[in-house]
Amino acid sequence: MLKTFPKGGIHPPENKLTSSNSIKRMPVPKVVYVPIAQHIGIPSEIVVDRKDKVELGQVIAKSGGFVSSNIHSPVAGTVTKLDMIVDSSGYKKQCIVIRTDVKNETNFEEIDYPLKKEITLEPQEIVRRISDYGIVGLGGATFPSHVKLNVKEDKKLDCLLVNGVECEPYLTADHRLMLEKAEEILVGIRILMKALHLHRAVIGIENNKRDAIEVFKKLTADEKEIQVAALRVKYPQGSEKQLVKAILKREVPKNGLPLDVGVVVHNVGTIFAIYQAIQHQQPLIERVVTVTGKQLKEPSNFWVKIGTPIKDLVEEVGGLPEGTRKIVNGGPMMGKAIKNTDVPVTKGTSGILVIHEDEASRGEPKACIRCGDCVDVCPMGLEPHLLMNLSEKGLYEKAAQEDILTCIECGSCSYVCPSHRPLLDYIRFGKSIAKKMVTSKN
Amino acid sequence: MDSPPIVISASPHVHSDRTAKRIMYDVVIALVPAFLVSVYVFGIHALIATTAAVGSCLLFEYLIQKYFLRTEVTILDGSALITGILLAFNLPATLPVWMIIVGSLVAVGIAKLSFGGLGYNVFNPALVGRVFLLICFPVQMTLWPTPVENNTSLVDAISGATTLGIIKDGLQIGETMGTISAQLPSNMNMLLGITGGSLGEMSALALLLGGLYLIIRKVISWHIPVTVLATMAVMTGIFWWADPTQYVSPIIHLLAGGAILGAFYMATDLVTSPVTKKGMVVFAIGIGLITVVIRLFGSYPEGISFAILIMNAFVPLINKFFKPRRFGSKIKATIV
Repeated sequence: MLKTFPKGGIHPPENKLTSSNSIKRMPVPKVVYVPIAQHIGIPSEIVVDRKDKVELGQVIAKSGGFVSSNIHSPVAGTVTKLDMIVDSSGYKKQCIVIRTDVKNETNFEEIDYPLKKEITLEPQEIVRRISDYGIVGLGGATFPSHVKLNVKEDKKLDCLLVNGVECEPYLTADHRLMLEKAEEILVGIRILMKALHLHRAVIGIENNKRDAIEVFKKLTADEKEIQVAALRVKYPQGSEKQLVKAILKREVPKNGLPLDVGVVVHNVGTIFAIYQAIQHQQPLIERVVTVTGKQLKEPSNFWVKIGTPIKDLVEEVGGLPEGTRKIVNGGPMMGKAIKNTDVPVTKGTSGILVIHEDEASRGEPKACIRCGDCVDVCPMGLEPHLLMNLSEKGLYEKAAQEDILTCIECGSCSYVCPSHRPLLDYIRFGKSIAKKMVTSKN
Repeated sequence: MDSPPIVISASPHVHSDRTAKRIMYDVVIALVPAFLVSVYVFGIHALIATTAAVGSCLLFEYLIQKYFLRTEVTILDGSALITGILLAFNLPATLPVWMIIVGSLVAVGIAKLSFGGLGYNVFNPALVGRVFLLICFPVQMTLWPTPVENNTSLVDAISGATTLGIIKDGLQIGETMGTISAQLPSNMNMLLGITGGSLGEMSALALLLGGLYLIIRKVISWHIPVTVLATMAVMTGIFWWADPTQYVSPIIHLLAGGAILGAFYMATDLVTSPVTKKGMVVFAIGIGLITVVIRLFGSYPEGISFAILIMNAFVPLINKFFKPRRFGSKIKATIV
């Protein structure tokens, strides 16, 4: 029996169109747009000015606090503007615009480094470098990675979980990375185990990626400390709490973190970035992005410089097809719809999904028929129909008592609702107000 | 470049292809086998009664929504169609058409629309219509046309009691179960539907077939029907075991009196049943118990309609009490 989390979850069509397309390298963009708020937490502080010349990988914005991160220049070039541009959140955010110096050779150097297995840095140095090199969670949450590695004395850790689940439909960035950089990821796992003084790691991969499971099983055949867990396909298994439950049968307490049950979870993409930072001194300036959609000419996986306009990616796969009505930054379940393709790729961009008009519109909301499907699929044991109702009526305090704040916004409820009710929209809204009420109380 | 308009909306950007309409029409499909059996058994009467109930339910919903409430007309969502079919299924096939129309008005007008329409009604509309008719017209409502074996085309002349009616009447005049049993249809006839009873409760087999379809299509879960029938079987089994001269076997209880119709199609009505599986089981146990109590000790031979309506009233409380377990709540903070 394959493992999975017990309560809730859905099986949306997988549509992994690009799972057998190896990762290609995007040409270096002429101009990059680097927002300073690419991670959860405090935005970074800009440390360059207009007309400054910057080197490849130079720090251009410094971490603004503990829960923050450095940002490095993805190209060698000249800062042309410090501008406000709309990012994938839909809001205008401060952004560093850099024109690539086409004569600077470092921009075009091959960055496929040879595998380096030996880990020379000490745990303290590893954590510092992960912080310095701007590593954040690449699974989508963009939580600064070093924060997860600063474990207080009173917390007892015993396991590192490696998140190779990629449960979002369409996305294959992590899948391809696991196939192409498996050994590097294993070194990355050992780096984290060393930094956290751990002797156990489990790589969780859903069973729709059998090839990746095989690769890691083969590579870890003689390993005592690193195991591979094949998981039954179910969305949202990539969510930390569901993954911990699925693999270790431990339940993260309400409002708690995996740390509370002795676990740290990192995404495979993040772990590869950590490998690059520790073994090859490369800061986080590029990532894998899946560019996909049923009507696209050539859906592909790319190595993309942070700050590359999404426009460039779309051009590279043959342009926006006729009848495109929606462009999503991320996967179809949790991704954000963006207004246009001027929005740049950031550290959290795992995919670009282009949706045709046939599938872009929501169904018309009808009356709730109390079927209870939303309750069945909620992985957090909530009652979405009730929470929507309370939010709609402005009963936020009651909604907080019904645990609205523990919603992980996976969207399973809206996905299944046979009456097309905008459950998650109302829950998000109610959640944001309930959160403010709770924080102002404390 | 004249770019097409881009839609912005919050996630999720995909939806399952399951819709409320499809669920409703699945219920209709599930009722087809039972309907065919009733047409076979009751002939033209089954057609007339079902057409009258469905037609008047749709018409009343249209008239009330359009001219009375002045809201969106929703007669195509399938719910009024189901109410009509289920109401007809719960009536004697030869009930006068005007009574059927009165029942439809009560079902759609009072039980459904006056509570706010689909999704807001507390009680199963078809059952409210049926019980209203049973109380208003007790004679006509218990005049069951009885099919004659091997002569199923003409049933006009013969009117008899239902299986459970025969038992109750027999016991009241002091007959023993031994003599009563001789008058009962065989289990096989009850399974196939050659017995006295309401239009749609005829064939347990056809109803089970439709019920299975609903479970496979995930329109209903097994929790309510299985628990209702299991509770009834256990309860009536205990009495039968204790005193077989006064009580009939659980098999007869399950096959007769619309138990299967009620358990699979009436109690499982999404709107008027609990949302959690735990709640469903409690709700279903309640229905099973009340049904048996009415059948064995009440004045009506059959009881599942009342039992479902009574438990419908408890659904809001059940929903409040039997909540899903919140992830991460009340767990022991142990590290393995």
